[in-house]
Amino acid sequence: MNVEALLLSLRLALCVSAILFVLGMPLAYWLAYSRRRWKFLVEALVALPLVLPPTVLGFYMLLAMGPHGPLGKFWYAAFGHGLAFTFAGLVIASVLYSFPFAVQPLVASFETVDRKLLDASAILGANRMRTFRCVILPLSVPGIITALVLSFAHTLGEFGVVLMVGGNLPGVTRTVSIDIYDHVQSLDYAGASHTALFLLLISFAVLSAVYGINRRASRRAWPTWSVK
Amino acid sequence: MLTARLTKTLRGDAVTSFLLDVDLEVSPGITILFGPSGAGKSTLLDCIAGLTQPDTGQIAVNGQTFFASAKKINLPPQRRQVSYVFQSLALFPHMSAEANVTYGLSNLPEQERRARVFEILQMFRVEQLRTRKPREISGGEQQRVALARSLVTLPRVLLLDEPLTGLDAELKASIIDDLRIWNAAHKIPILYVTHSREEVDALGERVLALVHGKIVSEGTPREVLDAPRRKRLAQAAGFENLLSGTVLDLREEDGVMRVHLADGTPEIEVPLGHAAPGDRVRIAVRAGDILLGTEPPRGLSARNILEGKILSLERRGTLVAARVDCGVAFTVHVTLGAARTLRLAAEKRVWLVLKTHSCHFVED
Repeated sequence: MNVEALLLSLRLALCVSAILFVLGMPLAYWLAYSRRRWKFLVEALVALPLVLPPTVLGFYMLLAMGPHGPLGKFWYAAFGHGLAFTFAGLVIASVLYSFPFAVQPLVASFETVDRKLLDASAILGANRMRTFRCVILPLSVPGIITALVLSFAHTLGEFGVVLMVGGNLPGVTRTVSIDIYDHVQSLDYAGASHTALFLLLISFAVLSAVYGINRRASRRAWPTWSVK
Repeated sequence: MLTARLTKTLRGDAVTSFLLDVDLEVSPGITILFGPSGAGKSTLLDCIAGLTQPDTGQIAVNGQTFFASAKKINLPPQRRQVSYVFQSLALFPHMSAEANVTYGLSNLPEQERRARVFEILQMFRVEQLRTRKPREISGGEQQRVALARSLVTLPRVLLLDEPLTGLDAELKASIIDDLRIWNAAHKIPILYVTHSREEVDALGERVLALVHGKIVSEGTPREVLDAPRRKRLAQAAGFENLLSGTVLDLREEDGVMRVHLADGTPEIEVPLGHAAPGDRVRIAVRAGDILLGTEPPRGLSARNILEGKILSLERRGTLVAARVDCGVAFTVHVTLGAARTLRLAAEKRVWLVLKTHSCHFVED
C-alpha cells in the first residue's frame, strides 16, 4: 500500500473541505435567500461540475493554470512558479470540482429553515448576521455536516481532474486513485487491491459515522411541531 | 397610537388578486381585527411590522413614521419596536424557553436582562419551564412563552396573528387575562387578528372587520358582528343561513320590509334596509336564532312562521343541526335535549319561527 499517496489524498481532501466550507457558506446563503432574477444562472454554474466529465473541467483548468493561462500567469507573478502539476493547483481544481457537493446541501438546509423564524428574529431586533449565526446555522447542522463530508469524500475519490491538472508526481500530486490506476496499468493487481480495499473501508467508515451523527442531529434540530 | 393608511395589491392569480386598502387607528388596548381567511389580515400585520412593504401609504406609531411612500421612508423590522406573535408562534426550536425570551434583549447588560426575563416568565406563569425546549412543553405553554418573548422587549405595538388557535376556551381566557394585566401597566396598542367568534366575545372592546381588503365596519363586537352588512362577514361571523329573496314592499311606518324568498313560501318580514321593491337582497339568520316547533305555533309576537319538513339531522357537539326545507332550506340549531323531547327525525313536519330582528339584511 502506498502510504505517501494516501496521506496526500487525505491532506488534499481536508484542504478542499476547509476551503469549500469557507467559500460555500456565503454563496449558499446568497443562493438560498437572494431574490435576484439571474440567480438561476449562478445555480447552474455551481451545478456544472455535476454533469461535466472531470476531464473537461480538468482540461479547462489546465489551460487556465498553464504558463499562458490567466490563473497560471497570476500565480507565477505572485509566487514565482507555475500552478499546473503542483499541490496548490490540485487544491484549486478540486475546490471547483467539488463545489456543488458543498453548496447544494447547504442551500437545501438553509431553505428548510422556517421563514417565520427568520421574521421572528428580525422582529426581535437581530440583524442578518445574528440571525444567520443564532438561528440559521444551528438549525442547519445536518446540512453542514453533509456538505463537509460530501466535499471530503468526493475529493478523496476524484480521479479525472487530478490526472489532468496534477499528473502523477509522487508526494505532490500522486493521490490514491492515481496510485491505484498506476498499479493496474502495470498489471500489479495485488498492489492495487490493497490500496483500493483500504480506500473502500475508510470511505464507508467515514460516511456511516457521519450519517449516524446526522440522524441524531436532525432529530434534535427538527421537532415535528415546527415543521409546517 | 398606531395609525396606518395603506394600499397593497395582494397578488394571486387573475381571479384571487385584490387590493388591500385600509385606513385605521389603533389606540392603546386590544383591538380585534376580524374577518374571513384571505381577507388580508396577516398582510396588514406584515406591513405594520415591516416584513412586507405596502405599495403606498403611511404607517406611524406615536408620531414616529415607520413607512411613508411619499417620503420613501421604510424602517426595517429591527428598528420598529413592533412585536409580532405569529400563528405558528415561531419559537426557536433549538433554544430553551429562557433563551427564546432573552433573544430580543441582546443589547442589555447581563443583569438587567436576567431580571427582565425572570419577571416576564413569572408574569406569564412559565418560569418553571425556563430550561425546556419548545417541543418539550404543551401548546398553551408555548403560546405563553411566545407572548413573553414578544413583550419582554417592551414593544410600542403588539401584533397577534391568531396566537391562541387550538386552545380550549378556559386556557384562552386565562392567557388573555394575563395579557390584559400586562397591558394595564404598559398601555400599548394591541392588534389581535382572529376569525374566531368566541375569541372576539372573550376579548370584547373594539372590533375592526376586514373583508376582501377593506375595513367594512368597526365598533363593539355586538355592533360589528351581530349586524353584519356583508355576506362574507356574515359567513365568518357564524350566520349559517344566507337567503336570497326579492323585496315585495317597504312598510316604512313599521320599520320593516317584506321579502319573498321562493315560490310556495310565505314572505318574511325583515328590518328595513336600503332597497326598493323588486330588488334582490340577501338575508342572514343565525341557526341559533330560529325557533323550531312540531305544532303550528300560536299567539307569538314573531312575525315570520314558516312550515317545513326536516331533511336531515346532524349532531355537532352538544348541538343538533337540523336542515329544514320550507321551500328554501334553513339550518336550525337545537339542543340535544330539545331534539330528544320533540322526537325530531327526518321527514317530520315542523314550524320555524324567525323574529324580524334576527333577520339581517346584508350586502354582497
